Amino acid sequence: MAGDMKYKKVAYYPGCALEGSGHAYNRSTKAVGKELGLDLVEIKNWNCCGAMEVKNIDPKIQTYLSARNLSITEEMGFDTVMAPCNGCYHNLKKAEYDLDHDETSKEVNNRLSSKAGHKTYEAGKVETIHALDWIKKSIGEDGIRERVKNSLQGIKVANYYGCMYTRPRHIFPEKDQGPGSESTSKPHYMDDILAAAGAENVDFPLKTACCGGAHTLSDSDTSTKLVLNILTAAEACGADVVATECPTCHTGLEMHQIRAEKVLGRKTNIKILYFTQLLGMALGLSAKKVGVNENFSDARSLLKEKGLG
Amino acid sequence: MPIHEKSLIRPEKLVEHEELVIEGMDVSGHWSTFIEGRSVPDYNENLQEEIAALPGGENIHRCWQCGSCTNSCTVNAINPDFNPRYWIYLIRMGMEDELLRDKDIIWQCVSCNKCTYACPRDVVPEGVMKATSHWLELKGHTPKSPSMIFDEAFSEQVIGRGKIEDGLVLREFYKRTGQPLAQPWLIAMVTGLVKRFPVIYLMKLGFATVFRPKTRGWARARDAINEYVEEREAANRKALGLGSKGAK
Repeated sequence: MAGDMKYKKVAYYPGCALEGSGHAYNRSTKAVGKELGLDLVEIKNWNCCGAMEVKNIDPKIQTYLSARNLSITEEMGFDTVMAPCNGCYHNLKKAEYDLDHDETSKEVNNRLSSKAGHKTYEAGKVETIHALDWIKKSIGEDGIRERVKNSLQGIKVANYYGCMYTRPRHIFPEKDQGPGSESTSKPHYMDDILAAAGAENVDFPLKTACCGGAHTLSDSDTSTKLVLNILTAAEACGADVVATECPTCHTGLEMHQIRAEKVLGRKTNIKILYFTQLLGMALGLSAKKVGVNENFSDARSLLKEKGLG
Repeated sequence: MPIHEKSLIRPEKLVEHEELVIEGMDVSGHWSTFIEGRSVPDYNENLQEEIAALPGGENIHRCWQCGSCTNSCTVNAINPDFNPRYWIYLIRMGMEDELLRDKDIIWQCVSCNKCTYACPRDVVPEGVMKATSHWLELKGHTPKSPSMIFDEAFSEQVIGRGKIEDGLVLREFYKRTGQPLAQPWLIAMVTGLVKRFPVIYLMKLGFATVFRPKTRGWARARDAINEYVEEREAANRKALGLGSKGAK
């Protein structure tokens, strides 16, 4: 799989979070892409995928919202779109599945697309990939090893993937397909990438646990408990850093780390960084260049101590 | 004899006589604890159909009660009363009164999809939880849950402009739920960041607040979606035997 340059130039769907609270993820993803010689072309005039919320008003609207972005991707002449946010990635995948399997979804998408005045997206035209697929399948571990300038050696990482990257299984037909493919029960792409960059991955059992991101504000007490569980488990595994690949998980972990301290009096010292920030620094980019100072979780002194940034 | 696993029995079903003497023997206190039988005086025979008519509930009839959903549930692990398997059973049996005892926690499903992942029958329990909390609100058994208030504030932005601004969602949610925006933990979060924030990003944030992010030429999509939402709302209300929204 490594060295497969199919993903050298792909359409890029950042999504709303990466233009707001997940700004550092956007910055570091673009910086890493540039460093690795991978081209990202942002989808023109994209719209929100519906996140976790619109489906609770009606799931078919979410299908339409995601399909509109896929339709633009196709119009721009791309057959692959990369979404770094788990929520966006999940929704584009779900729209693809629903448009392929559910007649009502197809009808509603046809109707809304024609009323909105753009081309109707049909299943099978565009492949949606995550930032992890993008790096793992185009550059691969060997490619990363060759390019590492500043190894992450000595940094112990707990890789946290969250819910939307792997569940439910049926919308990810390419996963669980044997060697080389991603696993939905024990995902490993982020582990592979960061290990190639020199990091020491700890055996972390809560890789796909839930951070309560959907209720981060509406049921904050539950979210705080869930996040605290993840952070204390990562600390118990000996990790210095939780690496994330989703802006909602990332911000949720940061917010509720602070909330756990303020509300429950439970302080955790572990730092939270996007995997693209860690990878970027390994490739020789400065901490500032990958937006480390924009994180709520202040990892600067830890990184200095480990000889990075 | 004392009752084992007392925690599994609803407290109102436990009857204890403070003073009871049987054939000259004093069996007062917990020696005379009885469990009242579970009797259901009234079934709602339409309950399963009503839940199935709402988005997410379509596959509820497929459940064979294996309990994989509850076993894998994120929320169940921190609150044992949160029990999707049990609620699906009650809905399928039409035991509305018993379901209503848990009406204030059903909305707390975090949509982690572990249940949907584990379910061997494609029930999509996550969808059933959403349909059930939607049903509780439409029927007037509960007020709008904080989750629904958040979903609405969020969706209004998406449908209205095509994109969201996360700061506005946060402010709008606290306003609608009557909570102060100045949560101590939020203040701690923001002050920690402002100290080391690049000025350029603060400017960008301000820019997003004044010029809200939006998708160009969105008006036609907005109108089409709003029309569809109204249509679905009317269909949902009709399926539950409720009048139109204005008549409520």
